[in-house]
Amino acid sequence: MTGDEVSKGSDDMMIDEYEQKQGNVVPDGFNSHYLKVYYGKLFPYADIFKWMSYGNDGKHPVCDQSYFSRREFSFTLDNEVYLRFQSFNSMSELENSVKEKCPVKIDIGPVYSVDPSKRHAYAQSGDNVFTPVERELIFDIDMSDYDDVRYCCSGADVCLECWPLMTIAVKVIDTSLRDDFGFSHILWVYSGRRGVHCWVCDGKARRLTNEQRAAIADYFRVYKGNENSHKKVSFTGLALHPFLARSYTEVLMDFFERKLLLSQEIFSTEERYEKILDMIPDPDQSITSELRGKWQEKRRTANSKDDINVVRWEQLKNMLQSGKHKVQGLRRCVEEIVFSFTYPRLDMEVSKHMNHLLKAPFCVHPKTGRVCVPIDPNRCEEFDPTAVPTLSNLLEQLNIGGLRAEVDNEWDRTSLGKSIRFFRSSFLQPLLKSCKEEMESSYNAKLQQSKNSFSW
Amino acid sequence: MEPVRSQRKLIVNDVVSTLPLYRSAPALEVRLEEFELFALDRLRVLKGISDALSRGRKPEEMEKLAIDLWKTNMRHPQASEVINKDIISHFVLRLVYCRTEDLRKWFLSMETALFRYRFKREKQEAQRALMAEFDLPYKAVSSSEFESVKEKLVLVSRSLGQSSPTADDIFFKVPFEEVPELVAGRRVFISKGHAYIAMSQVVSLVATQFRSHLSRALILTNRKWTTTIAEQEKDRLTPIVEALSSSYLGPDYSQPKEFAQISLKDIEDVAKSSFPLCMRHLFEKLREDHHLKHGGRMQLGLFLKGVGLKLDDALAFWKAEFSRKVGAERFDKEYSYGIRHNYGREGKRTDYTPYSCQKIISSTPGVGDHHGCPYRNFSEENLRAALNKMGVTGRAVGDVMDKVRNRHYQLACTLTFEAVHGSSCDAGINHPNQYFSDSQKIMQSKNQSAA
Repeated sequence: MTGDEVSKGSDDMMIDEYEQKQGNVVPDGFNSHYLKVYYGKLFPYADIFKWMSYGNDGKHPVCDQSYFSRREFSFTLDNEVYLRFQSFNSMSELENSVKEKCPVKIDIGPVYSVDPSKRHAYAQSGDNVFTPVERELIFDIDMSDYDDVRYCCSGADVCLECWPLMTIAVKVIDTSLRDDFGFSHILWVYSGRRGVHCWVCDGKARRLTNEQRAAIADYFRVYKGNENSHKKVSFTGLALHPFLARSYTEVLMDFFERKLLLSQEIFSTEERYEKILDMIPDPDQSITSELRGKWQEKRRTANSKDDINVVRWEQLKNMLQSGKHKVQGLRRCVEEIVFSFTYPRLDMEVSKHMNHLLKAPFCVHPKTGRVCVPIDPNRCEEFDPTAVPTLSNLLEQLNIGGLRAEVDNEWDRTSLGKSIRFFRSSFLQPLLKSCKEEMESSYNAKLQQSKNSFSW
Repeated sequence: MEPVRSQRKLIVNDVVSTLPLYRSAPALEVRLEEFELFALDRLRVLKGISDALSRGRKPEEMEKLAIDLWKTNMRHPQASEVINKDIISHFVLRLVYCRTEDLRKWFLSMETALFRYRFKREKQEAQRALMAEFDLPYKAVSSSEFESVKEKLVLVSRSLGQSSPTADDIFFKVPFEEVPELVAGRRVFISKGHAYIAMSQVVSLVATQFRSHLSRALILTNRKWTTTIAEQEKDRLTPIVEALSSSYLGPDYSQPKEFAQISLKDIEDVAKSSFPLCMRHLFEKLREDHHLKHGGRMQLGLFLKGVGLKLDDALAFWKAEFSRKVGAERFDKEYSYGIRHNYGREGKRTDYTPYSCQKIISSTPGVGDHHGCPYRNFSEENLRAALNKMGVTGRAVGDVMDKVRNRHYQLACTLTFEAVHGSSCDAGINHPNQYFSDSQKIMQSKNQSAA
């Protein structure tokens, strides 16, 4: 199955020299050879094209043939050259360009008023401008923004102990986008290393102004400040806003107590619990000194079967919620602590501007070799970033299948197949169906209008 | 539709709403003297609002202040002429403030603020009539729907520290896109894309509409001005209009003055003696971490440009720091472009202006950021420590912290300036480059008198 076919004509597509002897093992890595195969056989051009066309690639009279060509793509090449304002008139143009240039990263920008490649012919202001007219509402959540509340990793690293922070972010934001804002066509994507991206693709979302995007980002924002300010989460008022209250009772508290408290060992050392004590408004030190006193005891108590983090958390909660201490700002302190450790931290700038670029799904991350696969928000608790297919995994799987002539859907015999099928069934198809309906109703509305104007 | 429209307008007048919407230019005759005088009176109101806002006045104070300013300046001996003065002055100022992006932004902000304060003072019927004028897609919430969302509405008002709504309160349902400010501040309950707004919040809705109408109108006015009016009126209105626009906005520091130019070797000393706290902090963090995130690079980079640092020196400065963290090659590839962009040498070649205090105060630094206004963002402890480092001690620190507690961040900075330099700063600090040039002036006069 494998041996003989290797040395046939298109053997520049097969990289692995050990392949004949050691089976199909493809060494880990990220390089232009591997990428070439990936772009040659696996990258889902048709799906990306259909998505970006939003139904305009059809034959319906209301289809805008220029729509896809007004979308900006950008390529980062191997030699760190960065090509902006790339645009394509068709799927095959996009496919050929990607295969030829073999970009290390593909970003997607907005749909502009005119084809980006023709932008220089247009003015900066006045009537005939070159300006974004549509863009998905996007969110970028990066694990490194949580470095002050995770102890298992820092920086670029990510593990199964801190990944729940991303799970929380997906649950909280996804629920709010659907229930509060009424959006339905939402795609969550693994960023390839340490975070997640979100693409909200409803027509209403694509047409939001910068101001409206900023408003949504601010609605989601809770954590304020940085190392220069002490209190990063602050809830004044007598109750939490319904959105925050729901997030707290349905997601945050559960994840905090069930997972993070233990996996991050939040109260286990003096340095760590001091950080929590710092969050308590306690001008006369009565609360914090009492807690500190309990926790500095080296001897464990009789009930030392319970995890020390759980014990200390219960003690803290009891103290804060007992109502014994009448300190201003104490009311919501428990929530503030939980929110500090769990609530999603968005990159505000990414969401606020229509012209912000974002990495395309199904790209491969250069540092990890992992594919940016979609995440099912309904099953995000099961998502395992360490099990995401890597470039070398996929090539191995292709090898196992053997070299075949140009076959469609080569991805289907790799672990990428699952992701692409998920992308299609739960995101792309419903989206395109809704686009079609929107187009038909707007077409019918226009017909009605012109009929009415005739009645004069 | 026409006959119905004017009927609605009559109703507005009957309800004695004296709040015009400035939808169309009035067909009134104006004397040339009035043209200028009316505009100046209105400009006093707008400038007064602008000053008060930048001094961090609280919203309740602002409302009273704005109304007082209005009453004082916008009077007219003939009661019937009051509304005409209102309308005429607005349209004259449109001509004055339509001409550049910055002018439009300022005028838009002040007029919207003014409209908001005046709208809040109107009676409920007048407010509803004005809402109708705006054609807003709002629907009153039925009592059955109210019951179903009441619990959530109560939570919202409690989260804002307000009294809970009852069945007697009127609520409206609007698409959330119509009320971005309310959404941003989590001041409304939203569900399935609809925001439930209280009558009191209607102000926000209406103000957003007012603002977007005015914004479009200003662009159109600018076009008309540049294509026809300026030339037509060059002997009559144009000189007046041009004189009016230069009178009220301070220097923007995009052209650094000669004596303020600094070189690389001076930076360290000059940072200690003449940088305001926000820039000192950024400078120190840059020296410490050999890195700054984007917000910090912009704020400090543009400030240095305003202070007179030439592009080549700037590139050398940032490179010297950054290459210790990311290496010279990465600096050249990833960061030098941004610096040249700031100096107008790349992309659309806009020569960016250094940020004013207002802009800096309103920025939102996040994790790992050091930009923004320290008087606003630092904890009390950190701010005290920073002030001590600057040489501000004792009683002066207390005074500064007092201003900070009352959210008068620019006044806090002014007091710091005064403490550090031992002299008063009557104009108050409005711009970091102003702090710098005022400081340098004092330093230089000290040097001269020493010499």
